[in-house]
Amino acid sequence: MTQDDVIEQIDISGLRGRGGAGFSTAFKWRAAKNSEGDEKYLICNADEGDPGAFMDRAVIEGDPHNLIEGMLIGAYAIGASTAIVYVRAEYPLAIVRLEKAIKDATERGFLGDNIMGSDFSCVLRIKAGAGAFVCGEETALIESLEGKRGMPRLKPPFPAQSGYWFKPSNINNVETYANVPWIINNGGAAFAAMGTEQSKGTKVFALSGKIKRGGLVEIPMGTTLRDVIFDIGGGIRNDKEFKAVQLGGPSGGCVPKEKLDTVIDYAELGKTGAIMGSGGMVVMDESTCMVSMAKFFLDFTAKESCGKCVHCRLGTKRMLEVLDRIVKGKGEEGDIEKLEELCYAIKDGALCGLGQTAPNPVLTTIRYFRDEFEAHIKEQRCPAGECRDLITYSINKDKCVGCSACARQCPADAITGELKSPFTIDPDLCVKCGNCITACRFGAVEVH
Amino acid sequence: MAEKTTVDLGLIAPVLEEYKDTPGSLIAILQQTQATYGYLPEEAIYHIAEVTGTAPATIYGVATFYAQFRLEPVGKHLIMLCQGTACHVNGAELISAAITDELGIEDGETTEDGLFSMEHVACLGCCSLSPVMMINGKTYSTLTPDKCRKVLREIAKEEGGADA
Repeated sequence: MTQDDVIEQIDISGLRGRGGAGFSTAFKWRAAKNSEGDEKYLICNADEGDPGAFMDRAVIEGDPHNLIEGMLIGAYAIGASTAIVYVRAEYPLAIVRLEKAIKDATERGFLGDNIMGSDFSCVLRIKAGAGAFVCGEETALIESLEGKRGMPRLKPPFPAQSGYWFKPSNINNVETYANVPWIINNGGAAFAAMGTEQSKGTKVFALSGKIKRGGLVEIPMGTTLRDVIFDIGGGIRNDKEFKAVQLGGPSGGCVPKEKLDTVIDYAELGKTGAIMGSGGMVVMDESTCMVSMAKFFLDFTAKESCGKCVHCRLGTKRMLEVLDRIVKGKGEEGDIEKLEELCYAIKDGALCGLGQTAPNPVLTTIRYFRDEFEAHIKEQRCPAGECRDLITYSINKDKCVGCSACARQCPADAITGELKSPFTIDPDLCVKCGNCITACRFGAVEVH
Repeated sequence: MAEKTTVDLGLIAPVLEEYKDTPGSLIAILQQTQATYGYLPEEAIYHIAEVTGTAPATIYGVATFYAQFRLEPVGKHLIMLCQGTACHVNGAELISAAITDELGIEDGETTEDGLFSMEHVACLGCCSLSPVMMINGKTYSTLTPDKCRKVLREIAKEEGGADA
C-alpha cells in the first residue's frame, strides 16, 4: 500500500478523532502528508485528563502493541520517522508496559531502521506528562513536549503545518490510533458499515458512577444511551431513580432522563448540549445535586485554566464564586442569568477547547435542571439532599433500635441517647460527615 | 525555611549530564529531580538553571504550572485522594473530611510528625472502583469514611509512632 492508499482507506472508514473533538482523521493525515518538510512527527495524545475516563489507560496497559501498530501505520502514511507518545504521569503502569512493548517491537524489527526490510524507518519515544488537563489540547501538548508550560498556541498555523519544533506534526488520541490496524486489515468499508451516517465504527466508554455494572464498554455508534446504561450497565445501583448521565467530562454536559433515547453519534449528542467527548460516562441518581455537579466541573476548569486568556482565567473563577454561593444557600436573584452571561462570554473569548467548552456543564445543568438552581436560590433548599449547608440530619424514631452504632462513629459527639431507645442528633453539633448513615444498619438516619 | 537544608546536588549530576544538551528536556529533568529528592529544592532549581542555561524564572514557571511538581517536601505516606467525577459522585468529599478529621490535615498539608500528607489529585483512572485514594502507589478502592480511617490507623500502627 502506498501512503495515499492508507489515507484513502482511513477516509473511506469515516474514522473521526476519539479524543473529544471528533475531527476527521483522514483530513489530518492528508494535511500532514502534503505539508512541506523533510522531518515530520507523529504524536499520540495519551494525556487522558478527563475525570471519569480511563479508556486510553486500558488500551496502553492491556494492548500496547495495537497502539504501536496504529501509530506506525500513521507515521508511514504521513512520512514521519519519529513518533512520540505523551502519557500522563498518573499512569505509571501504562508507561512501564509501553516501554516494554517498544523494546520488544524494536527487537523484532517492527520499530527502528528499515522496518521489516522496507525503506520505512521509524522510532517511538515516550514522554511523561506532568499533570495539566490543558495539555490534552494539541498545541498545548506540543508546548509541553518541548519542555515548556503547556499553554495553547494560536491556530493557524495548525500542527500539520507547524507543530513540534515547528515541523509538520500529526496528533491523534490513543483510541483513534487503536482503530487503525483493524481498518487496514478489514478495509475502510467494513468499519464504515458500523454506526450511523456521520459517526462510523465503534466507541469505547468508561461507564461509572451510580451504576450497577461499571467498567469499559465498546459499542457500535448509533446505540442509545438507554441501552448502554440500563441494558449493558444493568441500571442504577440500589434501584434508585436515574437522574442524568454526564458525557465528555469538563467539556461535556449532563443529559437528563427525557433524552435517554438519544443515539450515540457526534451530531445527536451535540444537540443535547453535551459532546461525544473522549468517553467518560458518569451516571447520576436522584441523590446527586446538579448544582453541586456544575460547581464540581467549574472548580476543575478554574484550576486547570492555563491563564492565557482573560475570559477563561477570570470567567471561570467568577462563575465558580457564583456557584459556590448558590450551594451554600446564599444565591441571589439573577445569579442564573449572570452565570449564563458568563458562559457565553467565555465561549466567545477563549482561544482553546478548554475555555470554549468549560461552560458546557453549567449550561446543560441550567437547561435541564433549572428548578434545582431555583430551589437553592429562592428556598435555600437542596432537592437532592447533598449540599451540606442546606441539609440537616435526624434520626427516625420509628426505625431506630437504640444500638448506639451511630453515636460511636460520630466524630463530633452530636448523637446521644440511652441504649435500646431512639437516639437523637444535635443539629448544632452535627458536622454532616455522613458517618452515622454508613454506620446505621436500619436506615434510621435521614437527611432533609 | 529557617534553617537552610543542604541538598546534595551531586545526586542529579547524571540526569543533567544525560539531558543538558537535548532541547525540550526540562520537564524530564524536573521529574527525575523530584524522584531523587521527593520535591524540587530551591538549590536544585538554581543548579539546573546554571547547568542548562535556562533562566530560574522559566524553571519556576514550569514547576508551578504542572500539578506533579512540589516545592516543599512531603510526608512519608502521601495520600492522593482522587477528585474525578465518578469519585465525586460516590462521595469523595466525605472521604476528604474523614482524612481531615483523622489526621488534622487539609488538602496540600502534612502532619506535624511528617508521617502523612494529603493531596487532592485529578482522576486516577480507577472510576469503576470509586471512590479511591492512592497511598505511596497502592490503591484503596470503594472507600467509605470508616474504611478510610481504618487504612490510616493501620499505617500509623505499622509506623509505631502516632497513637491511633
